[in-house]
Amino acid sequence: MSPILDISNLYKNYGSTEILKDINVSIEPGDFLVLVGPSGCGKSTLLNCIAGLEPITSGRIEIGGRDMTHVSPKDRDIAMVFQSYALYPTMSVAKNITFGMKVRGVDAATQEAKLNEVARQLQIEPLLNRRPGQLSGGQRQRVAMGRALVRDPKLFLFDEPLSNLDAKLRVEMRMEIKKLHHNLGATMVYVTHDQIEAMTLATKIVVMKGGVVQQIGSPSEIYNTPANLFVADFMGSPAMNLIPARARSNGNGTEIEIARDNDAPIVLRDVHARNLPEDVILGLRPEDIAQAGFRAGEDVQQAACMIDMVEPAGADTYVVSNLGGKQVTARLHAETAARPGEMLDLAFDLGKVSYFAPDSGERLN
Amino acid sequence: MTDLALSPPLSRPWGRLALRWLLFTLLGVFALFYLMPLFVMVTTSLKSLEEIRTGSLIAFPREVTFEAWKTAWSGACTGIQCEGLRPYFWNSVVLAIPAVLISTFVGAMNGYVIAQWRFRGANLIFSLLLFGCFIPFQVVLLPMARMLGILGLAGSIPGLIFVHVIYGIGFTTLFFRNYYVTIPSELVKAAKVDGAGFFRIFWSIFLPLSLPIVVVTVIWQFTQIWNDFLFGVSFSQAGTQPVTVALNNIVNSTTGVKEYNVDMAAAIIAALPTLIVYVVAGKYFIRGLTAGSVKG
Ligand SMILES: Nc1ncnc2c1ncn2[C@@H]1O[C@H](COP(=O)(O)OP(=O)(O)OP(=O)(O)O)[C@@H](O)[C@H]1O
Ligand SMILES: [Mg+2]
Repeated sequence: MSPILDISNLYKNYGSTEILKDINVSIEPGDFLVLVGPSGCGKSTLLNCIAGLEPITSGRIEIGGRDMTHVSPKDRDIAMVFQSYALYPTMSVAKNITFGMKVRGVDAATQEAKLNEVARQLQIEPLLNRRPGQLSGGQRQRVAMGRALVRDPKLFLFDEPLSNLDAKLRVEMRMEIKKLHHNLGATMVYVTHDQIEAMTLATKIVVMKGGVVQQIGSPSEIYNTPANLFVADFMGSPAMNLIPARARSNGNGTEIEIARDNDAPIVLRDVHARNLPEDVILGLRPEDIAQAGFRAGEDVQQAACMIDMVEPAGADTYVVSNLGGKQVTARLHAETAARPGEMLDLAFDLGKVSYFAPDSGERLN
Repeated sequence: MTDLALSPPLSRPWGRLALRWLLFTLLGVFALFYLMPLFVMVTTSLKSLEEIRTGSLIAFPREVTFEAWKTAWSGACTGIQCEGLRPYFWNSVVLAIPAVLISTFVGAMNGYVIAQWRFRGANLIFSLLLFGCFIPFQVVLLPMARMLGILGLAGSIPGLIFVHVIYGIGFTTLFFRNYYVTIPSELVKAAKVDGAGFFRIFWSIFLPLSLPIVVVTVIWQFTQIWNDFLFGVSFSQAGTQPVTVALNNIVNSTTGVKEYNVDMAAAIIAALPTLIVYVVAGKYFIRGLTAGSVKG
């Protein structure tokens, strides 16, 4: 199947500042693409470029197999939810939601039916006659969603559509969006700062930094094999442990040595790693460091570590130990006997390990 | 709140009350000062010539008569004709209404384009329009007369409308542009995605938002155009003079006894429309001048 959205070599400058650099992204019909990245990295700008609301400096945008680079927004067959909502202040909620249909000449009965359906999904039925100024932030955000959802476009563009909702409503709306994606087979591009949203909704994640794409991949690729230190650090909460270490080739495998302040270094044997440089950054997610005896597998290696801090978090308990000059977090079960200031045997699951070059930050394995 | 400890508790309300009275007295004095001429005008217009000659300037009329008003409206002589202000008043009405509406509408369009559809050179065009606001009337008189001649509008009311529209566009554009730049540009973007075009966005989204600034612009333009004398006297002829020119003629062309009561009545009649506009819409005028950005 041909991609529904195909962005190639897109550059976007504001004046002389480059905001987006050489963006290449392509998504298939039915894909759910999530854009993540730190504030100011150009996510909203990219959405605006896809929508045709900002002219691009160079490159090419295809939607549904057609070159849309110079096509006006209304002919791109897209619907968009803006980060700032952009509700029409003088229109009622109902009018806001139906404006697009009215402009496009949809008949009144269909407008009414769509409006009611969307109002029910978004739980805004009692608000339909209010003006945007009389709504709370979260209510406005749902109206903004409604304005997009009544349409049936080739491509939905969502710019942080749930950022202003309370935790419960956010989970409900997330489910609604997921359902919508399933039922309509709609294709979406979705910006979020919420890691859980990104992981649960996406079929494909794009991680950006400073206008440059860092990695494109499925949620599990991004999570398990981050392409560089930035992605490793950015995705996941709590973040991946990134521990400076020394690698030594040794027979059929590599010895990884992690220095410690007041103790002998930890030495782990990784039988899969080959050809590592001497200095590496070892990346292990907190859940891949467990209490000894609670993790089995051929790649699990144990070492006794001094526990500096214990943080119970309900279902799990996080413990922190100082390894290689870094605060390393391990995720233990809730009933762990770990005490601050005591030694504890930790199990490191090297089957999940990532290695990065300290200078370039690129992934090595 | 350091002064709480220093001043005895009772002196605070007293001090405040005294201050308030002082303020009101001062305001009252100013108001009286400004109302004085109006008072003299109204009372004089209601007196007979006889009484004006014998009585004091600031006395109430002993006998109220509307004769002077009647004469001013339909009998006073402007040069050789003696039809009063009436025909010229209507000239002003048919002149001012279209001129106000057209210049307001054009200003709204200009402001919308300059503020929300930024194009190459938008700032330059805006600066030039602003420059137009500050060109003194006198400078444009001769070129404008020539222009009206070429267009075949010389001496006609459409010609005057044309002049006022052209001269007003600078101001009306400035008003609307400054109002529309405070409206977030995402509104236009959202409407574009919704499929609306240039005019649709203007009609459905921007115009409904514009009531305060429309009121400001209409009041401003109406006052300017109604009160204009220079353009009126320069670009009109016998039958097309606006009320300000006629008023001047009435006051200046009376031979023999000066009919102060008629002059006063005529002046009040000529000023009445702008007065009414302020009274009716003044509230919105203030509100419009201070109206800021729109929160979505
Ligand atoms: N109109 C503009 N003119 C100049 N620079 C701009 C303009 N709009 C955005 N920028 C810059 O472009 C960069 C990217 O902005 P953008 O809004 O795309 O960030 P974002 O990734 O959406 O951030 P956030 O997560 O905070 O919404 C920012 O550095 C911003 O300052
Ligand atoms: Mg953004």
